[in-house]
Amino acid sequence: MPASVETTTVDPSHDQSAQSAPANAHTDTHVPGAPAGGEELRPHAEHAFAHELAALAAQDDRPRPVRWKLSPWAVATYLLGGTLPDGTVITPKYVGPRRIVEVAVTTLATDRALLLLGVPGTAKTWVSEHLAAAVSGDSTLLVQGTAGTPEEAIRYGWNYAQLLAHGPSRDALVPSPVMRAMAEGMTARVEELTRIPADVQDTLITILSEKTLPIPELGQEVQAVRGFNLIATANDRDRGVNDLSSALRRRFNTVVLPLPESADAEVEIVSRRVDQIGRSLDLPTAPDGIDEIRRVVTVFRELRDGVTTDGRTKLKSPSGTLSTAEAISVVTNGLALAAHFGDGVLRPSDVAAGILGAVVRDPAADRVIWQEYLEAVVRERDGWTDFYRACREVSA
Amino acid sequence: MTAQQERPDVPRPSGAGPLLLGVRHHGPGSARAVRAALAAARPRVVLIEGPPEADPLIPLAADEDMRPPVALLAHAVDEPGRSAFWPLAEFSPEWVAIRWALEHGVPARFIDLPATHTLAWGRENTAAAEPEAPTTAADDPAPRTQGETAPATPGEPEQTAEGSGEPADGNPADDGPGAPTDPVRVDPLAVLAEAAGYDDPERWWEDVVEHRGTGGDAFAPFAVLEEAMGALREGDAADGHDRDSVREAYMRLQMRAAQKEFGDDAVAVVCGAWHVPALRRKRTVAADRALLKGLSKVKADMTWVPWTHRRLARASGYGAGIDSPGWYGHLFGVPDRPVERWLTKVAGLLRAEDRIVSSAHVIEAVRLAETLAAMRGRPLPGLTETTDAVRAVMCEGSDVPLSLVHDRLVVGDVLGEVPEAAPAVPLQRDLARLQRRLRLKPEALERELELDLRKENDAGRSRLLHRLRLLGVAWGEPAVSRSSTGTFRETWRLRWEPELAVRVAEAGVWGTTVLAAATAKAEADAVAAPSLADITTLAERCLLAELTAALPMVMRVLADRAALDADVAHLAQALPALVRSLRYGDVRATDTRALTEVAAGLAERIFVGLPPACAALDADAAQEMRGHVDAVHGAVGLLGDAVRTGHGDLRVRWHSVLRVLSGRDTVPGVVRGRAVRILLDDGELAQDEAARLMGLVLSPGTAPADAAAWIEGFVGGASGGGMLLVHDERLLGLVDTWLTGVPGDAFTDVLPLLRRTFSAYEPGVRRTLGELVRRGPGRGSTAAGGGSGAPGFAADLDTDRADAVLPVVRLLLGLDDRAPIDDNDLAGVAG
Repeated sequence: MPASVETTTVDPSHDQSAQSAPANAHTDTHVPGAPAGGEELRPHAEHAFAHELAALAAQDDRPRPVRWKLSPWAVATYLLGGTLPDGTVITPKYVGPRRIVEVAVTTLATDRALLLLGVPGTAKTWVSEHLAAAVSGDSTLLVQGTAGTPEEAIRYGWNYAQLLAHGPSRDALVPSPVMRAMAEGMTARVEELTRIPADVQDTLITILSEKTLPIPELGQEVQAVRGFNLIATANDRDRGVNDLSSALRRRFNTVVLPLPESADAEVEIVSRRVDQIGRSLDLPTAPDGIDEIRRVVTVFRELRDGVTTDGRTKLKSPSGTLSTAEAISVVTNGLALAAHFGDGVLRPSDVAAGILGAVVRDPAADRVIWQEYLEAVVRERDGWTDFYRACREVSA
Repeated sequence: MTAQQERPDVPRPSGAGPLLLGVRHHGPGSARAVRAALAAARPRVVLIEGPPEADPLIPLAADEDMRPPVALLAHAVDEPGRSAFWPLAEFSPEWVAIRWALEHGVPARFIDLPATHTLAWGRENTAAAEPEAPTTAADDPAPRTQGETAPATPGEPEQTAEGSGEPADGNPADDGPGAPTDPVRVDPLAVLAEAAGYDDPERWWEDVVEHRGTGGDAFAPFAVLEEAMGALREGDAADGHDRDSVREAYMRLQMRAAQKEFGDDAVAVVCGAWHVPALRRKRTVAADRALLKGLSKVKADMTWVPWTHRRLARASGYGAGIDSPGWYGHLFGVPDRPVERWLTKVAGLLRAEDRIVSSAHVIEAVRLAETLAAMRGRPLPGLTETTDAVRAVMCEGSDVPLSLVHDRLVVGDVLGEVPEAAPAVPLQRDLARLQRRLRLKPEALERELELDLRKENDAGRSRLLHRLRLLGVAWGEPAVSRSSTGTFRETWRLRWEPELAVRVAEAGVWGTTVLAAATAKAEADAVAAPSLADITTLAERCLLAELTAALPMVMRVLADRAALDADVAHLAQALPALVRSLRYGDVRATDTRALTEVAAGLAERIFVGLPPACAALDADAAQEMRGHVDAVHGAVGLLGDAVRTGHGDLRVRWHSVLRVLSGRDTVPGVVRGRAVRILLDDGELAQDEAARLMGLVLSPGTAPADAAAWIEGFVGGASGGGMLLVHDERLLGLVDTWLTGVPGDAFTDVLPLLRRTFSAYEPGVRRTLGELVRRGPGRGSTAAGGGSGAPGFAADLDTDRADAVLPVVRLLLGLDDRAPIDDNDLAGVAG
């Protein structure tokens, strides 16, 4: 399973495909199964898992909605993994409740748009990319939401050379990914919807309710054909984002992606990612690292959930998100510390400072919460004495 | 039955034998099917699985004031704590059958084994595990009565045996000997569902039975189910001696009697699907009789009691094993389009809670639910699909409004009612019994009662009165004792008002004995308590009433509240009451370990939170905080004895907190001064050090008002501060030097504070201080070492003479053994 941890940073290649790729979109990115060549840093989902998609399509005899590459059931299988009758193993793309994937896929099969919500690091982008790849065979119709996303990114822009030379015409028009998705009955994606300014967000209302995009300059319109739908992702933890207007919100079915359910799953995700990152940074692998990783994950989970693992003691939750992604960075940091300044073994003292930094975001309230946690929980736990001391040292 | 399947429209052919309707207890689909089958077959008698002692109570079901959910309650007459419940909801097939019989003037009878035997089973098991059922009591510490494990057939009676003084655990549920180990008997439907490829038996049942309209053949579902159950029970021993066999033998006998009376085909039986194959089985009367020989008996009494949907749900005690009674009620109640109507109901609830939910939302939710059902391969959307749809469409993915929907609709707040004609509740009997035993007669005349808790009978009376108070039966009011203030004495003012009988009847919903009812009430109160202080008070009352079973729950709520309460002041208020409870617990010899743990945890939280909470306080808040510091200090002192293991030494940690307080400039002067003083008193701070700290605070760099506050904290109040100044002239000298050094204009600011500090001293102390100051400090023997300038005393202690007193002091303080220094201890030994 690829670690279900996304990066919320703007991927330059995505940006390009969103903003300027339309001009040559029909030439290369669209050809299914285009030679990957293995040179890309990160191939698109539909290329990386082309064989799984092909196997699913070959064996899928359930009814498919118009222009869907797979039936809803097969899409769910593609995301959750499984073994096909002919023995093809489908790797799980998303580790989490089945219910969530089912609701998401079903939503796409109705004409409602899908909104994936979640704190940073819950695989929203990852799920949206794979959904689009499985449903439409193309995950590149993407609009990356930023504070500066203009209306053109959602509707259409103009090729000004053409416009000046020949006047307004469909040739001078540069369609947005959303417009192309409408015309071709594909799945469009909008990343970080809540970062887009409110007036630009509202452009989506007509598209989602009337299923049409008027072009007043030409007196024309683009009507969505069957098969068109839209997946948006948004972060529900950040304050000060542009909240969706209720009119727009009503067009979406909302699915909240939870943090990993069990500690073991989270430890698994963290250690895998730490391993990957560590290798790319040439950090030595720590032999006893797994214990420390488990400890970090335990601390994060307990503080996040506001209750200890044994369910006996309630705790206050600090203001930080304490997501899996943060646990990964704490452990990576600790590894770097251990490698460069320690003896190469990941020790409590290496992660203590990182944990403190992740937990104590608000110096007044969070510090008390952290100390309470240290005194009430950590101090009495067997085998955690070193960790307790290390934490006391850095928090003093 | 095959004949019926072929000719569904024709009434049942004669000679088909009794109509056996196997149901799932509390299944709305079953209930509907039962109604249809009864209407089609028109039997002349309806037999229902249930205790036959309740037969006379059946007509009450038609009473206007009878509203389900209700439960049949059987209890042993001489031991009200031994009881069993048969809950019935509006959508229970048994209830439907009873109502049908009453409406059509057809006799209805209960045919299960009489409660007089089933209750006796419970007794055997609690007394000494009978050889046949060795596992139930010993290996199954969480019996079904606690509602923790879902019973296989939800309508089986739920038993409890919380007789006075008897432990609540270890009582048997209604399981046969092999039951806990045999998955088929534990949950036959789960086995069937698994065979059908369902992971959740509820959903399988919903798909196969509940969602299947009964159009066409009214008897077909029962035939199919009987066949499946028959397959499941194929391997059964023909003449087992377990409880199921005994019950089924009794049912068979009753069935035969009814057949003789009304005719072979005129009998309809409504029972759990599990029992149908056994009832169908041909067995001789003699064999059945033999099984029933020698069953032990208790005298049992039955009544109707009101029930609630919440109790039907799995989460609470006496659960009937269904977790969505509200949803089932809805399925049973609506004429058509259950999903559309349900989602409209949900929308209505969310609107009432000020959430914007439009009709468009409802439409979208219905569509999503239906598409989801199609994708999951189900015939109709069930609760899972509608819940998913509500979450995604109406709740914006959030679980918070969804939990409201679950609480109000899926479970529901329905409260049953029972007509007044129903027999008395067992709680009244239990109370009467206790009153007799404790020789405490209810009298209308007010009188005062002195109790000496060291006596067995008096302690029992005190417990009873405290428990009744918790239940809202205000028979006795605690009064201030006139003669003694010892903790082993209690004074009560007693008066029995007639309306108290009504209160007792009301309290009957909480349990069948005073102990069980008070325990349940205390637990419910703990969950509902608004503030931390309320819970500590409740904990105190639980200890007084000796509700040991309720304590863990109360303590858990307390610990949770304490963990989430960010206000140190609240914690500091709660701690002394807790520590006080600990002392009461000592007197009554109750186990207070849990309490000690919580108190220690509370203290730790205070230690962590106190220093930040002391920053940036105004004068009033600082005074209040000083009070808290004092209260915590007192509590920690008492607690330190009780807690040694696990929490380190609380006193040591408290001292380190005080040290932090005393050294931090942002802490108000009065708190700092107090902290230094406590440390000095406890010998944690050398006098030199105290003097240094005082000098620091009183140095010209500090604002005079702050310095005066420090002094107030250090020597103020009735805490013997004056004597300290009298005996430590160096400190007095420091104060004196500072005071004379205060600039003229600042002096007027400082004066009120100082006056408040010094005016609280006793006159003698004030005079001595005045004399010392007049004489001029530093003129006497100012050196440290206990030297006192008081006239008439030697400069040094005469240690030889002092040593002579030591053995006596040691004896008085009891320092030779481990016992703490407390008069309570005497009582503890005596009681």
